[in-house]
Amino acid sequence: MTGACKTGHHPKHHPSDALLVGYGAGSLGEGLSLALALHLASCPECRAALADIDAVGGALLEALPPEPLERLTLADTLACLDAARPERRPPSRHFVPPGESRTPSLLRPYVGSLAAAPWQRLAPGVRRVELLPRTPRGGSAQLLRIAPGTALPHHGHGGLELTVVLSGSFTDELGRYVAGDVAEADDEVRHQPIADGHEECLCLIATDAPLRFTGLMGRLMQPFIGL
Amino acid sequence: MRGLAPLSSPSMTERDPLEPTDEMSRALLAVATVRDRAAFARLFAHFAPRVKSYMLKLGAPPQRAKDLAQDTMLAVWRKAELFDPAKAEAATWVFTIARNLRIDALRRERHPEVSDDALAEHEDDRPRADALLDGAQRAKRLRGALSDLTPEQAQVVHLSFFADLAHPVIAERLNLPLGTVKSRLRLAMGKIRKALGDEP
Ligand SMILES: [Zn+2]
Repeated sequence: MTGACKTGHHPKHHPSDALLVGYGAGSLGEGLSLALALHLASCPECRAALADIDAVGGALLEALPPEPLERLTLADTLACLDAARPERRPPSRHFVPPGESRTPSLLRPYVGSLAAAPWQRLAPGVRRVELLPRTPRGGSAQLLRIAPGTALPHHGHGGLELTVVLSGSFTDELGRYVAGDVAEADDEVRHQPIADGHEECLCLIATDAPLRFTGLMGRLMQPFIGL
Repeated sequence: MRGLAPLSSPSMTERDPLEPTDEMSRALLAVATVRDRAAFARLFAHFAPRVKSYMLKLGAPPQRAKDLAQDTMLAVWRKAELFDPAKAEAATWVFTIARNLRIDALRRERHPEVSDDALAEHEDDRPRADALLDGAQRAKRLRGALSDLTPEQAQVVHLSFFADLAHPVIAERLNLPLGTVKSRLRLAMGKIRKALGDEP
């Protein structure tokens, strides 16, 4: 499941600068940020770009007009310091419990282990597990497992939809996506993804859409929720 | 500098190239190594009023903004050991802490981040091309690049960092097509990467 980790392989499909800026600035919803983080984990190029974006955040922070704090605040804070337990640098490689090694660590807060996750059958050859139910901002994130050779219905997108491949691959009109690759789809894109490999395609789909079912998930859900 | 632990610099005349040059990074290292309270007070005087300003800009009421500034500085104290001056300026590191606290407090969401653990799952990691660029030089070039942005580019960069709005909403507010907002950000980041020598 951590196919993105194979040595020497770097993703070819990257998020736009606008998305990376949104991630670094902290203006993306949690679902889209999770998709970006999964890509960043396997993409040194985008990690370097993000370091520059964080540095922009630092420079902008320093350029803000200082807002005076009452003199007591420093004294208050100093008084709290002894109670604040310092965090140590974690050991570089931590122990991964058996059976969990195939679940990317970024997903663990949401699903625990992939193998034990409550997968639902959504359509023939398609199973899904919801990671992040709709947030107040309307974002969401789910994992899909798509059997080899399965084509998803042709669909457009109501909002922004990001798909990150975790293992396996899919192909649509715009290209072929393998582990670590990000597909960014919005209003202008209509596509028909097909899981094209010999192995199942595992991908995360995240949206930052308004509160209505749109995009790939919407099309898949329609027969099930009677939209 | 009081409290700066000897970073095994063999001679006092030759500066260790890895030793941070800016005062705030030195203060952070002093907190990390010897829990230097005077250094912390300097960090507080510099950053706390700016973090409060950041929180206010992002919609926190004044009392909340003050509390979040204080929480950020407490996190700076606790996490100081995780600061790596070879990777980031002090301001960059403080910004990421303030950003994450804001998302948690004002939006009740998490900001998923690639931890060192997650990177350990990936064996291949290129060294940063700019690792050789001196920290102070990087900081200067970055500020130069920011002031070289066109007003239109600077506007979308500022809105991205301070408005907590998705780019389609920013486009709507500015009465621009989304593509224009995205291309301004692309051009702005291109200038910044070029100034920092990160252009691929
Ligand atoms: Zn990338």
